[in-house]
Amino acid sequence: MNLKTKNIETDILIVGGGTAGCFAAITIAENSDAKVIIAEKANIKRSGCLAAGVNALNAYIVKGQTPENYLTYTKNDAEGVVREDLVYTIAQKLNQVTKKVEDLGLVILKDEAGEYVSRGNRNIKINGENIKPILADAVSKLPNVTVINRMNIIDYILKAGKIIGAYGFSLDTAVLYVISAKAVICTTGGAAGLYKPNNPGFSKHKMWYSPFNTGAGYAMGIRAGAEMTTFEMRFIALRCKDTIAPTGTIAQGIGAQQTNSKGEEYEKNYGIPKTSIRMYSTVMENQKGKGPCYLQTAGISQEQEQDLYKAYLNMAPAQTLSWLENGKGPANENVEIEGTEPYIVGGHTASGYWIDTNRATTIQGLYAAGDVAGGSPQKYVTGCFAEGEMAAVAAVAYIQGKAITSPEMQDVERKAGAVNAFFTNEQGLYTVEQIEEAMQKIMDEYAGGISSGYVFNLSKLQVAKRQIKDLLQLSYKLKAHDLHELMLIYEVIDRLYVCDTLIQHLGARKETRWHTFQENADYPERDDANWLKYVNSRFSEGEVKIILRDLVKKDDIYEHKD
Amino acid sequence: MSIKIDIHKCTGCGKCREVCPGSLLAEDPAGKTQIKYPKECWGCTSCVKECNFNAIQYYLGADMGGKGSYLYTKQEGQLLHWIIVAPDGSKQILTIDKRQANAY
Ligand SMILES: Cc1cc2nc3c(=O)[nH]c(=O)nc-3n(C[C@H](O)[C@H](O)[C@H](O)COP(=O)(O)OP(=O)(O)OC[C@H]3O[C@@H](n4cnc5c(N)ncnc54)[C@H](O)[C@@H]3O)c2cc1C
Ligand code: SF4
Ligand code: SF4
Repeated sequence: MNLKTKNIETDILIVGGGTAGCFAAITIAENSDAKVIIAEKANIKRSGCLAAGVNALNAYIVKGQTPENYLTYTKNDAEGVVREDLVYTIAQKLNQVTKKVEDLGLVILKDEAGEYVSRGNRNIKINGENIKPILADAVSKLPNVTVINRMNIIDYILKAGKIIGAYGFSLDTAVLYVISAKAVICTTGGAAGLYKPNNPGFSKHKMWYSPFNTGAGYAMGIRAGAEMTTFEMRFIALRCKDTIAPTGTIAQGIGAQQTNSKGEEYEKNYGIPKTSIRMYSTVMENQKGKGPCYLQTAGISQEQEQDLYKAYLNMAPAQTLSWLENGKGPANENVEIEGTEPYIVGGHTASGYWIDTNRATTIQGLYAAGDVAGGSPQKYVTGCFAEGEMAAVAAVAYIQGKAITSPEMQDVERKAGAVNAFFTNEQGLYTVEQIEEAMQKIMDEYAGGISSGYVFNLSKLQVAKRQIKDLLQLSYKLKAHDLHELMLIYEVIDRLYVCDTLIQHLGARKETRWHTFQENADYPERDDANWLKYVNSRFSEGEVKIILRDLVKKDDIYEHKD
Repeated sequence: MSIKIDIHKCTGCGKCREVCPGSLLAEDPAGKTQIKYPKECWGCTSCVKECNFNAIQYYLGADMGGKGSYLYTKQEGQLLHWIIVAPDGSKQILTIDKRQANAY
């Protein structure tokens, strides 16, 4: 096989037609007549995190709360290191974007007075099973937006320090697309599959985060020299054993407590309950020999049980199937919980592109939104919408008066050569599956995965770094037999780039700020005197270089200067 | 975690192939759909919900505690029926009205 190049042009290219990407397209269409291409590796109808549906809108300013409260909560939960400007600008938009998806058709629970029914202080209840088809349907009606499904984007096109488009290939025809655009918005989501997962065998993709979000956006940005932030704040989720289904529905929905095998409620023994502490306490109980740990559900009513069955079918159907096929529902048996492998996901924690308040990255012409953008944890679905909207508005303003820049011929030829090399490579000893398995094993053992209780130290990170670099070299020798295999090769290469940056970030923060997420055995204490800072990085000349930056406050308008 | 496609029921309509977020489904030489990468299934049920012919069986791997049951769905207007079939062939049906929000 040999991919032939084909040039296409648009005003704004959106890479990844997920939550933030679809919302960005809708926003552009509302505010301008710019031509938009959404390049999506799967099909926007069900691609990305929203494929199975979501349980609730986790970020909403409910009655009695304010955007300021939302910021305070998020900041405390993240132990003080967040981009306040980013969290606050999202918080101010949460309710407005919610109204917009409701108008598009999302079902939101209301009381008799027509008010949304809240779940705790920040969540509202929905039927989120079809949230993605609703978005996709809205996008498909926009005359200026062209969706190209099954198009895997592999790299940006750079010219004179600016992003002028991206390269991608189709999963159906042997074509390398050279897409020229006045601005690019990256919305490819986070990165799963870096570490050895909970189910390492047959069900290896039964993980929490989408296994098809492979960190492409991060990797393309890293390779292009964009600044990244807070990769060391990994996200580790507390999930139902085996199915890796979310636990918040049970914990918040019916108020179930975490208990150990002796029936003791243990979370309160580990300080103020925070997202990372919920996880950490469970790890510690297991280490003390008090596992398995559970969510205490036994004794709930039959009606509650039926409601849980349905709630899970709307977002994580494997859990309902597991309950029913084992003949033991949550009313009869507590739900066992475990921690997942670490993910890099800027919508839950704060890893991703270092962006200004308008969502511009450090490279001109490139914007980022959603899980791929850093600095603001606890975005969730609505925060991704809000950020997609902000990136879209900024990109529309940026393209005014700008013309499309054509890429250099020799750059295109070089890229085509590099892509086609995977078809002409000899079949060597290794397959892409082997490289992936090796990467996950290295990360698990040397960069704080499940088997090491999420703990790492500098000596181990150095081993990880070396071995990940070796794997990257090996991966360029892989052979692709078809377009799907070519995608798998690019996925593993992207993951290796993300691992490389992650390892460097883990080592750079010489304290332990977020238990389990970043558990540095060399520096086990939190150190506010020195580390109320962002750990950022930039990749240049083959090395990840660390940059430390001061905290940005709520009312600051952050602009990139250096 | 994966799916199995019953080739006797599959009409080859292709709707499931379009939506899989991992592009794991492919057309076989007979025009039917097969899962090309069974271990790469995320278990999202997107394909299951597209199939009008009950051809896709969604099951938990043995490594997840699966015991031989499978699940498929049936759309009926605003209702989505989830049908769980036990190894002895007995069925349980849970019905969700798309107009209703979750209780939790
Ligand atoms: C299982 C699960 C349950 C969740 N439940 C909730 C919940 O109940 N409530 C809540 O508020 N939040 C929830 N979240 C969080 C929320 O869903 C995410 O934060 C949000 O959807 C992320 O949006 P995104 O646009 O960044 O990524 P996505 O929506 O995942 O979009 C990324 C898109 O980019 C595409 N893509 C990736 N790489 C490439 C490439 N190289 N080329 C082209 N396209 C590419 C992907 O296919 C995908 O379509 C949940 C997340 C998960 C994973
Ligand atoms: S949707 Fe059903 S009938 Fe159509 S191709 Fe898929 S499995 Fe076959
Ligand atoms: S369940 Fe989801 S991931 Fe698995 S084959 Fe079907 S659509 Fe693809």
